[in-house]
Amino acid sequence: MSETFLSIQGVRKAFGATTVVKDFNLDVARGEFVSFLGPSGCGKTTMLRMVAGFEEPTAGRILIGGRDVTNLKPNQRNIGMVFQAYALFPNLTVAQNIGFGLKVAGAAKSEIDQRVKEMLAIIKLEEYGARYPYQLSGGQQQRVALARALAPRPKLLLLDEPLSALDAKVRLSLREEIRSIQKKLDITTIFVTHDQEEALSMSDRIVVMYDGRAEQAGTPFEIYNQPATRFVANFVGTLNVLDATVVDPAAGTVRVNDNDIPLKTGMLNGARAGDVLSLALRPEAIALGARQGNDSRLSGEIADVHFLGSVIRVRVGLGKGMVSLDTFNNSATPPPRVGDKAQISFSSGDVLVLR
Amino acid sequence: MKSSRIWAWVTFVLGAAYFFLPLIGTVEFSLRMRRGEYSLDAYRVVLGDPRFQETFLYSTVVAVFTILIGVVLVVPTAYWIRLRLPRIRPVVEFITLLPLIIPAIVIVFGYIRMYGSSSPLPFLATNRGADVLLMIGYATLALPYMYRAVDTGLRTIDVRTLTEAAQVHGAGWTTIIARIILPNVLIAVLSGAFLTFAIVIGEFTIASLLNRPAFGPYLQNIGANRAYEPAALAVIAFAITWGCMSVIQVLSRFAPKSANNPN
Repeated sequence: MSETFLSIQGVRKAFGATTVVKDFNLDVARGEFVSFLGPSGCGKTTMLRMVAGFEEPTAGRILIGGRDVTNLKPNQRNIGMVFQAYALFPNLTVAQNIGFGLKVAGAAKSEIDQRVKEMLAIIKLEEYGARYPYQLSGGQQQRVALARALAPRPKLLLLDEPLSALDAKVRLSLREEIRSIQKKLDITTIFVTHDQEEALSMSDRIVVMYDGRAEQAGTPFEIYNQPATRFVANFVGTLNVLDATVVDPAAGTVRVNDNDIPLKTGMLNGARAGDVLSLALRPEAIALGARQGNDSRLSGEIADVHFLGSVIRVRVGLGKGMVSLDTFNNSATPPPRVGDKAQISFSSGDVLVLR
Repeated sequence: MKSSRIWAWVTFVLGAAYFFLPLIGTVEFSLRMRRGEYSLDAYRVVLGDPRFQETFLYSTVVAVFTILIGVVLVVPTAYWIRLRLPRIRPVVEFITLLPLIIPAIVIVFGYIRMYGSSSPLPFLATNRGADVLLMIGYATLALPYMYRAVDTGLRTIDVRTLTEAAQVHGAGWTTIIARIILPNVLIAVLSGAFLTFAIVIGEFTIASLLNRPAFGPYLQNIGANRAYEPAALAVIAFAITWGCMSVIQVLSRFAPKSANNPN
C-alpha cells in the first residue's frame, strides 16, 4: 500500500453505557476509495462522523495527512462531505451552494466563480447554476452536494450513504459518476453504505462492520470470495449454508446428506470426526448437473425457479437443506420445472467452512 | 347541495357576522362626529393630534428594538435547543408560555421593585433606562409568539444536517446562524416580528406604570375622555394590525426559496 493518508488508531466510541464503535483500526492510502459496509446500527456512520469531527472518540486517535485531528472541530479539518439527505442550503442557488466553502474561506469572487464553473462542468450541470435546490431532482441535488463538497479542494471526501435516497436507476448512474470523479481528482474517499452491491462495485477496499467492529477489511474480491467470518460471508452476497459432519479431518472429508465431500487441505484444522460444521457456497459456484472441474455432487429436487432475465435462480431441496444456484438464461434451453429430480455439482475449492 | 356544505356556509356566515358586525358598527360610529352626516372628522382630529404622532412614533421605535431583542434572544436559543438540547424543549416551551399566565401588571410591579432608582440595576432612574426596561418587558410579553413562530420555522428545515453541512465546509456558528439558519426561517421570524409589533403598539399596562409616552396609554386616555375619536383610533389600530399581516405576506415573496416556499 502506498503512503497512509488517513489513519484511524484504536478508536472507540461509547454513548453512555453503550459502545457503538469498538477498537477500530484502519489505514487508508492517499487516493484510495474505502467503503464502510454493514447493517444499520453497526457503527459505520458513527465512525464516519468521528472522522468528520461531529462526534468525539471516547478513545483512540484519528490522523489525516499525519496530523492528529482527533480534537479538531469539523470546520478545521479541511474535509468534504456528502450527506444522505443532500443537505443543500435551500436559500442559496446551486452556484452559491457550490461556492459556499470557498466563500467561507474568504476566497476572491473571481476564484469562486471560476471554481464553481469547473465544478458545474464536472457534474454536468452547467446550465443549473442559477437554480435553487428545490428546482432539481434528487440525483441532481446529490451531484450538486458532491460538487459543493469538492469545490474547496478538500483533503478527504466523506460520503454518508449518498445514494440511499435515490431511485435505482439514478443510483446506478450516480455511483459510476462518483467513482469516476473520485478517480479523476484522486481524492481519498470514505464511503458509508449498507448496500453491498454499491460497496463491491465502487471500492478499492471494503471494511465490513458488525456490532461496532471491523469484521474484515479487504478488496471487494477478497471480501466476497474469502470472507473471514460467518457474518461477512452471510452479509456480503447470497450464501447457501449446509450442515456437514466431519468424517475424516486429516483427509478433509465431510458428509452432507449421505454424500462424502472432500474439502481443501487445511480447512478442517482443529476439527474432530463427528463434529458438525456449516459449509457455505455461493450460488454461482453451484452448477445444475455435472460441470467440468466440479468434484462434489449432491442430489435433490427442484423446489423453486425464479426467472430474473439474464439469470435464472433455482432453489434445489436437498432433503435436509435447500440451496440456491444461478444459471444463465439460454433461449434454446427451457428452465427446469418444479418437482424435477436434479443433481447439483460444485468444486470443493469453492466451499467455505464457517466457524 | 349537501347538508354538510350548507352547515359549513351557515357556520362561516355566523362567524363572519360575529367578526364584522362590531367592526362595521365601530367604523360607522367613527364617521358620525359631524352631526347629521358622515365625515372623517374624528380621523382628522386623531391624526392631527401631535400626541398621536409622538406616541405612535415612540411605540414604533420601541417595537423595532423589541423585535431586535426578540430575534437575537429567540433565534439562537430555539436553534440550539433543536440542535443540541431537544430534551429541555418542554421546559423552555413552558418558560416561554409564562408571560401568558403571569399578568403584565405583576411583571411591571416586579420591575419597579427590582429596578427602582435605589436598586443595583437602576433602570428606572433615567428615562433611557426606563425605555430599555420597557423593551425588555415587551420582549418578555412577545416571547410566546416569537418563540413558537421561530420554532415552527425551524421544524420545516433539517437543522442538524444543514448545520453539519455548513460546519464541514468551514463555517463557524455566526456564519451558520446568519447565513444558513436565519434566512431559512425568515418568514417565521417575520411572523413573530409583526405579532410583536402588534402587541407593542396596543400595550397599556407596562407603558402606563413605567410612565412611558407610548401609544397604548394614549389610546386609553382618548377612550376615557372623547366620544368619536376612540372609535377612529380603534379602526386605525385595526388597520395597522392588518397592514402588518399584509406586509408578512408581501415580504414572504422575497424570502429565500425552498421546497416549503417555492413561490
